[in-house]
Amino acid sequence: MRKRFTLASLVAGISLMALSSAQAVEIEYWQYVFETRVAAMDQLIANFEAANPDITVKQVTFPYADYQTKVIAAQAAGNGPDVLQFFYGWLDKFQKGGVLQPLDPAVFPTAAIESDFFPIVSAIKRDGAYYGLPTAVRSLALFYNKKLLAEAGVTPPATLDELVDAAKKTTKTDGGGNITSEGLTVDFAGQDHQWWREVLVRQMGGEPYDAEGNVAYDSDAGLAALKFYTDLQTTHKVGMVGFMDEGQAAFKAGLAAMTIDGTFRLGSFGAITDFEWGVVELPANADGVRSNYASYFANGIGAGAAGEEKAAAEKFLAYISSAEAMEVWLDVVGELPARRAAALTDANLADPIYAPFLKGLEYAHTTTFVDEAGQRQGAIDMVNRVLLENQDPKASLDQAAAAEQAIIDAAKM
Amino acid sequence: MTSVPDNDAAGATRKGRTGFVLTQGGRKVLWAWSFLALPIVFYCWIRFYPTFSAFWLSFTDWDLLRPANFVGLENYQRLFADPVFWKTFNNTFAYLIIGMPISLVLSFVIAYFLDRVRFGHSFLRALYFIPFLTTAAALAWVWRWFYQPIPIGVINGILSGLHLPAQPFLRSPAQALPSIMVTAIWAGLGFQIIIFIAGLRAIPQTYYEAARIDGLSEWAILRKITLPLLKPTTIFLTVFSSIGFLRIFDQVYNMTTNDPGGPLGSTKPLVLMIYQTAFSSFDMGYAAAQTVVLFIILLAISLLQLYLLRSR
Repeated sequence: MRKRFTLASLVAGISLMALSSAQAVEIEYWQYVFETRVAAMDQLIANFEAANPDITVKQVTFPYADYQTKVIAAQAAGNGPDVLQFFYGWLDKFQKGGVLQPLDPAVFPTAAIESDFFPIVSAIKRDGAYYGLPTAVRSLALFYNKKLLAEAGVTPPATLDELVDAAKKTTKTDGGGNITSEGLTVDFAGQDHQWWREVLVRQMGGEPYDAEGNVAYDSDAGLAALKFYTDLQTTHKVGMVGFMDEGQAAFKAGLAAMTIDGTFRLGSFGAITDFEWGVVELPANADGVRSNYASYFANGIGAGAAGEEKAAAEKFLAYISSAEAMEVWLDVVGELPARRAAALTDANLADPIYAPFLKGLEYAHTTTFVDEAGQRQGAIDMVNRVLLENQDPKASLDQAAAAEQAIIDAAKM
Repeated sequence: MTSVPDNDAAGATRKGRTGFVLTQGGRKVLWAWSFLALPIVFYCWIRFYPTFSAFWLSFTDWDLLRPANFVGLENYQRLFADPVFWKTFNNTFAYLIIGMPISLVLSFVIAYFLDRVRFGHSFLRALYFIPFLTTAAALAWVWRWFYQPIPIGVINGILSGLHLPAQPFLRSPAQALPSIMVTAIWAGLGFQIIIFIAGLRAIPQTYYEAARIDGLSEWAILRKITLPLLKPTTIFLTVFSSIGFLRIFDQVYNMTTNDPGGPLGSTKPLVLMIYQTAFSSFDMGYAAAQTVVLFIILLAISLLQLYLLRSR
């Protein structure tokens, strides 16, 4: 008798639970662990849930190194997230694996996306459909140490010639010719490979890739860009790969006058107390041509989301890519808003730190990576062959171009 | 006194209607097996099953995302035509062929003399052993900073103080591999010294006394008595340290995180290549083929060493 009663209450309980879950949808949001990003998302989820009491969002995070593997493994196991964050360069891999579903143009009109967001958003468009929307975007700029520049009596450089000149004047060496403080950091494994690919190659009159996405930097412009870069270490001796282990570490320690880095470094450099630093746009070439490299993490909808979960996921995605969410993201994470209107406010454009990055976004390019790690490695090896093995820059450039083209060809198959 | 029933081979005996009843011996065996079964099943499941899966995967083009297709020997053909593979193959054997003999000779010499030291013996032994207890990643990062250029690199700081030219160490394709190998040898030294000391202590003192009475020189004693009687220890350490060097990963990965296995792939061992193929490129089939090759190398080297060092 008693047993039967327990069973009945259990059944009632289960059906009650089923009933309540029919009213409240729970969706899962995935991103990688980065303290400020997780905090910003917690805040956005709280705002969203307050406005949509019938939806709960569960944030799940993984260490960056495991993130892609987790997403792909979860997809293979059939329990992927409803909304997930992904680097724009991973889209091809995720799209091929069916991790993401294209955004419904009825909910996210293509024309509105293209007029409201910075043009780099087109990097996550495939066959006319968008696969996600970014909350924030990143661009590059030149950070400079005000104290070291003032000591050397130079002003922040506006052109490449001025950059080399300022770097020479701020470099310090000891009696043995060893650099003790760099003029400009030389760290190709950091952001310099992006600077070379999307900025220097274009400033020398070339293009990194052609319209079909094939390697096009094996040109005179590419060679001039590579020589400009390697000359920083070999001829001008203003920096050295591996000095203080990494360029950003050298700058942070006050042992580098200038470094090229992205918006994502603002938080880390914000902790510097020993000296004041400033930011200027990446130097233009002699003709005033400027370029920049922009990148972003976008949020997309998981392939598994359907029915009311998909509707909830769409609502959530719309909220986290709204102007309101972008302001929260800028405050908490320090990354620039992906919508023009939210980014190019008078306050932001008057901000001495944000302004150079925002100006950079106007003329920024975005590389369409097919194998980000492999393509980055090829570029690092290209510079290392010149710097460490004294290989002829032309031969090294051709070798790198052939290797990268092979990666691109393999991805097209 | 009841008579003991006839035992059959399995240790079970027939007793009336109750069926099989185990003898005391049989029961012991059954108990032993039921305790052993759990680790055996677990071991088969987590060890052998994945191993055989890896063999199967090496014949497929599995990339985690799409179902695996059988591609025959394609991965192996691609592997043997891949210059990166041959580079890592050479690197792996450089770690083994240079690292293993140096670490064995060094640890034997230290153990041989440490065994004779009475003053501060325990303290010295602990000093040698501490690196073995420390996390490989932590050791690698400390050494990574030692090898830095001026102004933070300790070693280059000393060189500069002696008016010697600064060395690139980890930034040089020629010096990077030896630089990493030094840390790997140092980290494993403590363990090998302890095992050698134990081996030396196990040799009966009477042999040495007899040899000294017969007037043998210390060198002859070492050659005729110590080394031959230490052979089982030497075999164990050779195999153990060879496998360690062939599987080197932690030191390399942590000392070259900006450009893993670099510069220019000069420090990349096979295990790091497998890791990158599997977890950066998600090319699981190709990574499995590399794993199978590493497995065959490890197996062949272990068997070869056991054969060469077998007791005649």
